[in-house]
Amino acid sequence: MLYIVILFLFAAITLYFLLGGADFGAGIIELFTSTDNKHRTRKIMYQAIGPIWEANHMWLIITVVVLFVGFPVIYSEMCIYLHIPLLVMLLGVIARGTAFSFRNYDAIKDEKTQAFYTHIFVYSSFVTPLFLGIIAGSALSGQIDPKATDFLHAYIFSWFNWFSVSVGFFTVALCGFLAAIYIVGETEDVDEIKRYIRKAKIMNIAAVICGALVFLASHFEHVHLANWIFGNPVSLVSVIAATISLVVLYLIISHRRNRQWIRVLAAFQVCMILISVGFSRFPRFVIFKDGSSMSLLSEHANSNSIDDLGIGLLVGSLFILPALGYLYYAFKKKDR
Amino acid sequence: MDDFLAARSQMALSLGFHIIYSCIGMVMPVFMAISHYKWIKTQDPVYKNITVAWSKGVAIFFATGAVSGTMLSFELGLLWPGFMKHAGPIFGMPFSLEGVAFFIEAIALGLFLYGWNKLNNWVHWTAGVIVGISGVASGILVVSANSWMNSPSGFDFVNGQYVNIDPVKAMFNKAWFSESLHMIIAAFSATGFAVAGIHALMIYRKKNIAFHTKAFKIAIIFGAAAAILQPFSGDLSAKNAAKRQPAKLAAMEAYFHTQEYAPLVIGGIPDTAAKKVNYGLEIPGLLSFLVHDNFKTQVNGLDKIPVKNQPPVAVTHYAFQIMVGIGVLMMLIGIIYFYELWKKKDLLSKPWFLKTFIWATPLGFIALEAGWTVTEVGRQPWIIQGVMRTSEAVTPMPGIQYSFYLFSFIYFTLSVAVIFLLKRQIQMVPELYDRKTAQP
Ligand code: HDD
Ligand code: HEM
Ligand code: HEM
Repeated sequence: MLYIVILFLFAAITLYFLLGGADFGAGIIELFTSTDNKHRTRKIMYQAIGPIWEANHMWLIITVVVLFVGFPVIYSEMCIYLHIPLLVMLLGVIARGTAFSFRNYDAIKDEKTQAFYTHIFVYSSFVTPLFLGIIAGSALSGQIDPKATDFLHAYIFSWFNWFSVSVGFFTVALCGFLAAIYIVGETEDVDEIKRYIRKAKIMNIAAVICGALVFLASHFEHVHLANWIFGNPVSLVSVIAATISLVVLYLIISHRRNRQWIRVLAAFQVCMILISVGFSRFPRFVIFKDGSSMSLLSEHANSNSIDDLGIGLLVGSLFILPALGYLYYAFKKKDR
Repeated sequence: MDDFLAARSQMALSLGFHIIYSCIGMVMPVFMAISHYKWIKTQDPVYKNITVAWSKGVAIFFATGAVSGTMLSFELGLLWPGFMKHAGPIFGMPFSLEGVAFFIEAIALGLFLYGWNKLNNWVHWTAGVIVGISGVASGILVVSANSWMNSPSGFDFVNGQYVNIDPVKAMFNKAWFSESLHMIIAAFSATGFAVAGIHALMIYRKKNIAFHTKAFKIAIIFGAAAAILQPFSGDLSAKNAAKRQPAKLAAMEAYFHTQEYAPLVIGGIPDTAAKKVNYGLEIPGLLSFLVHDNFKTQVNGLDKIPVKNQPPVAVTHYAFQIMVGIGVLMMLIGIIYFYELWKKKDLLSKPWFLKTFIWATPLGFIALEAGWTVTEVGRQPWIIQGVMRTSEAVTPMPGIQYSFYLFSFIYFTLSVAVIFLLKRQIQMVPELYDRKTAQP
């Protein structure tokens, strides 16, 4: 049962990254879109994410619940030492969620207030994944130091370091990339498609640059990222698969054919990156400054709680997955 | 402000904020489903307009409820890591099921809000009903988690270790039924009265009378029925609390000295140092009767509890008085409404009648906040009754007061924003919903 729970944990993180990430990316793209195109972009984006954004958001909650029910020690340690980035991320979630729905449900749609909501929406779309990335980076960075006695070392440098911050920017770039690819499949207009493909390419290049920065930072911070990834067959294969899919993606994208495939490939690429990092450190989830770590296989809750959690998740998915499928299906249909 | 106090205040603020949105998010879909049903059956466009108008409000509330709820699931760990480390696996069962319920709710809401022109009428209606059912289910589940903190069970506490953990038993602890029942009824009465009050105001101002009268009726039938049931369920809660948390009961009643024929104190200013209540109205024997169904039976007072385990008496007592006072008032208003309905009088054209409901708009929510203050403050100094102290659970990180100030600011801004949006929503009713059919 423990493995089933861990599987759900990783699945929830991955799905949050893919679906929620595309959703953050929508805001990031809007942030980097020139003013005259903003209106069109927003409209397409709204059609694409409107119906499903609530549901996307739930993956984050599933992740948190699995963590605190199944791995309470890991959860509480992260909450103590990463309090500040978690807080900032939460502020981002609040600002984004409310601004998005206020923008759509405000009964009077005047320019000024709409622009105000949009402002909040796009900036928080940037900040939230940045800090999500920082949190993920910090868990692996080995900068969390429970023995630290002063505030700065215990609560600031645990996350404010080159490695974590570069992972943060890498995450932002990936989200933008996912969103651009996702939108390419949503519109029929050739000009639009061209434009989003260009954006997807820019975001992809940004991601590659940020990825390089992550490696560079890992060197400075003595995180042996390269060793982890290239020293482990699964991670190595995943990285290679990601690279190949990138090439294929470029080929397909340039011919603008088969837009569904582009989506699948982009999602595949991001999954591979997550798998490669996840596997390289598995079962370690949080690594501390002194080299010790918290493992998913030892820091879990008692077996009764894990069993009940696993059963709950399995039964829950029997209800959730078909419903979710129907939701996505219903919105691919045209209006009656 | 010290960190401990700041953490408690931030928790209270966040929950106090969330509860308003979650109650509305839980009850409004039920109202919507009723008016939607009436529209499908009667084809009267007013019902469709009501459904559409409400659904826009619900979307705003739902988003605010969802983000503030997400905050909470993190805040439990951010502020109380010592608690979550031990309690997470024990009381996590309802939270994981709640996760499932929320998920279904979010999916169904997506279908409902965006399904107007895409789905078959009945599929669309069913989606709305599912939103309502899963909202109520999640309310029950989360309150079961909270009731575990009042009535810990499903584990043994041996030498500071939590062993023999049974999450299912923890979920069905001794308090879950009375607390959840009281909570759900409270949500219906508070939301029912608030919605009815707003529509009553519009009728009073003679705006779109057809629209507002129908909306008023749907809301008030639930609100009034729930308000009449509430004191009975409250009595059940009090009896239950007396058994598991005598200190809480004593603080609620500001009842200092153990005695037979225990009096019920109404109002008054508790003086903890002198152990008496000034200016209160005492009814001898009534407390014994309410707790033990017998005017003579002895009720244990605060003198039986060591001082270091006593909750703050004054806050708990005032909050309890406010809740019960409002509860009785709302029950009376509910009875008046049903009397009117039964006699078939048309009181909706009478200003005094409308004014009563306009004044009653916020009452349910005030009682709701007061009731939670009773439950939570009355549990102090324990975070898990009798097992873990709140002070043992708090995060070691200093500087929590800044986070508290920040949150106060955010919640204040969000509240202002929601009020602003609702005002605009109501302001637009004549333009958007007075035509034959509204555009969803
Ligand atoms: C509309 C709101 C509302 C109204 C009118 C009332 N209550 Fe209440 N009460 C709540 C809303 C509420 C609540 C906010 O929902 C609480 C907090 C925890 C809970 O389960 O319900 C609560 C808690 C609560 C408790 C503490 C339970 C515990 O700690 O387990 C008692 C003893 C009562 N109530 C009793 C009453 C009585 C005798 C009422 C009669 C008039 C009453 N309540 C009206
Ligand atoms: C939604 C309605 C709720 C409100 C308005 C509310 C209110 C409060 C208040 C006033 C406090 C501060 C008590 C004090 O420090 O004197 C508090 C503390 C707390 N509440 Fe609640 N509460 C609610 C529901 C819940 C639920 C459902 C849970 C958990 C499942 C919960 C968990 C806590 C925790 C962990 C604390 C901090 C520890 C403590 O003070 O005991 N609360 N809440
Ligand atoms: C008495 C207290 C509470 C009640 C009655 C309650 C009920 C609800 C309901 C009905 C919703 C659905 C949202 C809506 O329809 O607007 C909701 C949302 C949420 N609540 Fe609470 N809740 C309470 C306290 C808590 C606590 C203590 C937590 C966290 C530990 C929490 C976590 C959440 C989360 C994560 C959501 C978002 C779910 C979504 O996106 O649908 N709630 N709550």
